[in-house]
Amino acid sequence: MSWSAETIKRAHDIVARYPEPRSAVMPLLYLAMRQDGYLTADGMKQVADLVGITPAQVQSVATFYVMFKTEPKGKYLISMCTSISCYLMGADDVLHAIEEASGVPAGEADDEIGVEHAECIGACGGAPACLVNYELIEGLTVEKAKELVRWLRDGKPETINGDELQTLFGSVTSFDWAIKEDNAAIGPYPAFPVFGTAAQNTDALEPGRGA
Amino acid sequence: MVYPLVVTKRMMEHPADSHTMKRYEATGGYVAARQSVGQTREELVELVKASGLLGRGGAAFSAGLKWSFLAPARPAYLVVNGDESEPGTFKDRQLMERDPHQIVEGMIIAAKANEVHDSFVYIRGEYPKPARRLQQAVADAYAKGYLGKGIFGTDYDLELTVHLGAGAYICGEETALLNSLEGRRGEPRIKPPYFPAAKGLYMKPTIVNNIETISNLPHIINQGSEWFAGLSDSADTGTFMMSISGHVNKPGNYELPHGLTWREVIYDVAGGIRNGNELKAWVPGGASAPWFVPELHLDRPVTKEACAADGSMLGSGAIIVMDHTTDMVGAAERLVAFFAEESCGQCTPCREGTTWLDMILQRVLNGAGRDADIDLLLDVADNISVGLGWPPKQTTICPLGPSAVSPVMSLVRHFRDEVEAHIASAPHSGGQGVAVSIRGIA
Ligand SMILES: Cc1cc2nc3c(=O)[nH]c(=O)nc-3n(C[C@H](O)[C@H](O)[C@H](O)COP(=O)(O)O)c2cc1C
Ligand code: SF4
Ligand code: FES
Repeated sequence: MSWSAETIKRAHDIVARYPEPRSAVMPLLYLAMRQDGYLTADGMKQVADLVGITPAQVQSVATFYVMFKTEPKGKYLISMCTSISCYLMGADDVLHAIEEASGVPAGEADDEIGVEHAECIGACGGAPACLVNYELIEGLTVEKAKELVRWLRDGKPETINGDELQTLFGSVTSFDWAIKEDNAAIGPYPAFPVFGTAAQNTDALEPGRGA
Repeated sequence: MVYPLVVTKRMMEHPADSHTMKRYEATGGYVAARQSVGQTREELVELVKASGLLGRGGAAFSAGLKWSFLAPARPAYLVVNGDESEPGTFKDRQLMERDPHQIVEGMIIAAKANEVHDSFVYIRGEYPKPARRLQQAVADAYAKGYLGKGIFGTDYDLELTVHLGAGAYICGEETALLNSLEGRRGEPRIKPPYFPAAKGLYMKPTIVNNIETISNLPHIINQGSEWFAGLSDSADTGTFMMSISGHVNKPGNYELPHGLTWREVIYDVAGGIRNGNELKAWVPGGASAPWFVPELHLDRPVTKEACAADGSMLGSGAIIVMDHTTDMVGAAERLVAFFAEESCGQCTPCREGTTWLDMILQRVLNGAGRDADIDLLLDVADNISVGLGWPPKQTTICPLGPSAVSPVMSLVRHFRDEVEAHIASAPHSGGQGVAVSIRGIA
């Protein structure tokens, strides 16, 4: 998908935040994922042009990081932590339940749901934990994980809000989340207003250096 | 027991709005930053040196000393490490979500102390919520004139950019982080140069500090280095954050004084073992730390010095507790698998060695272990870290590879009988084993 004038402007604003343009590669790759749902060859070419390096250089960066997806991952990406603390609290069973309920084996995706195992997601006090489009659920169980998959399949939510997920499917947390948040994810990439990748991008887009 | 709180005090007292500018300023916020903008580099560096503050990112290096090493070339940069990915660690997430202004204020102080006009926070990509909170705080600080051109009405300029990673543990290693921030693959740099303070971001002098380290700074400015040093009897001053997870009744983050015993931490602070089970072992300082066991370590003090004397470390402050139902081969496999997955691939001992260690542990777990597998594990481990000592010798560019040796050594040292039992239960333990992935990864 070719980028709108607004997206190009956002990209330039992001580049202007850094002392050297190349530093903007990672934020711009998120912008590219927002465009197409994942990283296409066109998206990476666009990023290369914006920061003045070659598409091959962009690709070498993109393929280093697990969150840059060069294949479609559906609308909802479930990343189930299987690292030590979650493993100790039964993460493997939860992952199997997600795979069974969704019919999607870890590492794969259908049009709607992607499933993957993740290394520690920093929610070990609320183990076992997973991310849906990088919004967190702590204190999962096998039953709740199945409900989560049904909720995604049947409800097809437009946006994914962490507080809602935690209320519906979570239990014990690593610490008191305390403050509710309205913002939400809109695809299988992190929701961050500066990148225009969140439901509400009414920024906090603080101008900083670019201004 | 009630312990003195420093970095978590505000969020504990004001859970509903500790993240807002309003609450932050109503509780003494930005007084320290305003003051330090009028102070010299020498004054600030001396103050932080005298406080004894050690880095909280794992290496426990003196913050003031690191600052004093900053090379004279300019521009210099400040990069705050919010990559927090060490299994078991989740303290920086809480600090970012619940008290983001404390980080912004700490960064203003660190920037002024190091004559920095351009600063960055690198937050792991899996932390969009902490990043949103911090970004909001940054925007609020810009709006108030605490960041940007001429901060606090002085002629000092300071920019602060929140940067997101994209899923790579190794970017927590500071030179990998700098490569990543430059828009490159997050591969650790070959040393020398040894310190980013000499050659860091864009090969310019750069200070890299952890989120918790930075969060302490406003308090040191406000209450003085003597007060901070006086919070502890250890050479490690102030308080420290511990992330406790695993089979305890009350997992969570706890800000603690130095020098409690492990018994106090596990049974009093964390509420003891679930279901009244028996404690089997714990990881004292993140996945890279050799394990402790109750027979030897339960009444030892939780200090940097005591852990080092016992052949382990406090590292990132992550304690992972395992009860008697834990299959220790399974636990070791999971820890090793982490390093195998996260190896950046530059060094052969790390890339190949961690993968082999994991495959051998998997086959032992899956009933296909061979009699020679313990020796093989030790042999492979010895190729990654020669001599298998502590602290581990390094054959690699960064310490990630040698970190994978810790769980293997801990397993063989304390639970060799369990490994042998797994192997003995294999139908053909003398024959060819088959490594089978249990998580759908190759
Ligand atoms: C493999 C590896 C991973 C690391 N991960 C982190 C991390 O996630 N967060 C962090 O602050 N430091 C991490 N560190 C330590 C950093 O390299 C660096 O020492 C630290 O950020 C400096 O800040 P401090 O002096 O305030 O602790 C890691 C080091 C290594 C070798
Ligand atoms: S030790 Fe491992 S992670 Fe570190 S540089 Fe070498 S290959 Fe990369
Ligand atoms: S081990 Fe699963 S969140 Fe840390």
